[in-house]
Amino acid sequence: MPGSLPELYMSRAVPWIVGAALVALPFVYHAPYPLHLIVIVLIWSSMYTSWSVMGRFGLVSLGHGGFMGIGAYVTALLWNHFHLTPWIGIPIAVCAVAVVALVIAWPCFRFRIVGHYFALVTLALSAIVLQVITATRDITGGSLGYTPQRYNGGSSIYALQFTDKVTWYLIALGVWGVALYIRHRVERSMLRYALEAIAEDEDAAAAAGVFVTWEKLKITLLSAMMTAFAGALYCQYQMFISPDTVSGISVSLQMVFAAVVGGIYVLLGPTVGAFITILLAEALRIGFGTGAVGWDNIIYGSLLVVFIIFLPQGLVGTLQAKFVRVRAA
Amino acid sequence: MFDIFDIYLLEALINGVLLGGVLALLALGLNLIFGVIDVVWICYAELIMLGMYGMFFLFKVYHVPFLIAAVICIGGVGVLGVVLHLLVIAPLLGAAPINQLLATGGVLFFLQSAATVMFGIDFRNLGIRLPVLTVSDMFISYARLLAFGAALAGMVVLYLFLARTYTGTAIRAIAQDRQIMPLMGVDARRIYIITSAIGGALAGLAATLLVLQYDVHPFLGLTFGPTTFMICVLGGLGNMVGGFVASFVFAEIISVSGLYLDLEWGYVFAFAFFIAMMFARPQGLLTRRA
Repeated sequence: MPGSLPELYMSRAVPWIVGAALVALPFVYHAPYPLHLIVIVLIWSSMYTSWSVMGRFGLVSLGHGGFMGIGAYVTALLWNHFHLTPWIGIPIAVCAVAVVALVIAWPCFRFRIVGHYFALVTLALSAIVLQVITATRDITGGSLGYTPQRYNGGSSIYALQFTDKVTWYLIALGVWGVALYIRHRVERSMLRYALEAIAEDEDAAAAAGVFVTWEKLKITLLSAMMTAFAGALYCQYQMFISPDTVSGISVSLQMVFAAVVGGIYVLLGPTVGAFITILLAEALRIGFGTGAVGWDNIIYGSLLVVFIIFLPQGLVGTLQAKFVRVRAA
Repeated sequence: MFDIFDIYLLEALINGVLLGGVLALLALGLNLIFGVIDVVWICYAELIMLGMYGMFFLFKVYHVPFLIAAVICIGGVGVLGVVLHLLVIAPLLGAAPINQLLATGGVLFFLQSAATVMFGIDFRNLGIRLPVLTVSDMFISYARLLAFGAALAGMVVLYLFLARTYTGTAIRAIAQDRQIMPLMGVDARRIYIITSAIGGALAGLAATLLVLQYDVHPFLGLTFGPTTFMICVLGGLGNMVGGFVASFVFAEIISVSGLYLDLEWGYVFAFAFFIAMMFARPQGLLTRRA
């Protein structure tokens, strides 16, 4: 803990100063491509943070691709087929994901399916979502992808569609901020201690009075709903979704990977992970064009293995650990 | 009219059995690795993909005779298995299981992308056209029959190896109790390497059989991978007999559903069956470990 009063004020003020700077950024600097990159980074950061809400307690789910896919597709389908505004469509999609998460997670936790088995069951979930989207190709367009209809020339609050990058930047920033806030609140809650106890020894936790199934269910529902929300937002921004980009194992693994690289246990870890992975992909694409197809994942794959072996706490986590040790000394 | 209906169903059932044979081979390799080393190779299907590329290049490009190419492929993927173990798994043997899972996930990304970079995303085919047998109005692909036979033979060989040889017994013993066996004079490191080699070799065998039926492309693993894991978990992770049974159950569901609905629904039903079974019997269909 910082000692003197000015230091205390400084460390409290820093996030607000940074936040204000971020909000002001697009008004000062409007080049659309960098803003687009930042929006993408922010939306994916929200998703990775949502995953890490669950992942940091040892509940590694490989099924968040499925949640994202359901969130994105339900919103888009409700808009195209029933002209239901995303303002209502997104909450419906989030509820749908909550139901799915409940159906899958409750029996898992009730029957003590943990670790490998839980990861593989959730992997089955994301695979199912992908297959269902592909199989219902008459409604969802299958592997060819799906596009929400443009309304009012693409710029409308009713349809939650905007052509202006600055608007999307502010929306994405807000959503990202909320995701971080939720994660922060979870870290400070009794839920966190309950889940850490469960992660260490489920039986002991249950003996101490922790309602294991319910606590795990709470965090899973929270994580799934946040992911679905971010997924729906992704659909509204990109205006194009396909089963491979919003669901399936690759997306799930991508989430896990970015969160691990950045640091699961740290608040900003997943954001850093998103920043690194997305910017690396863009840099390679700009540098090498189509000749670079595949190189980004080669680097990610190797990085993931290296990180797991040498830096299991991720970049931010390890830096933070080092920094804290230096300051304490 | 009803007769034709029955015939198609019978054909789907038979094809299901044949598909199950190859899936059983995949499941066997994974179960062996998990049973002995206690690590799930998420990238197992990618090893098969590389094996299939190896077969393609050996047979199609360098005109190596099929059987010799098959032997080289099996040995090659076996070596890959050992390399995977030494580079990725061995440093993580003491780490949390989920870290091991994620590390192999990283290898999955790596192998898929490496294949994309080296071979391109085109679908490659060996170009071998094996005959299709006609058995009273049913069409049975000779390639599938061959794959089934070879898979069975591979499993019998593996069974004999595990049951009758000293090393095989050591492998089974380590699977039962990993910590005690070194005290009994077994070199755990050596056994892990041998098991990884066998697991890789089984993947290689599966590759030589699958390459006759499927085109190979860098993302083939996404088709076979999840199915293989689910079969293993369904039968009980580490339980080889369970994996064997589960693979046939899975294959039948996929095959029969494919008869009445689209292929994707077959997979959906199979996966849904998997999830349902997970709740009915979380430890797998057959509880005892082989």
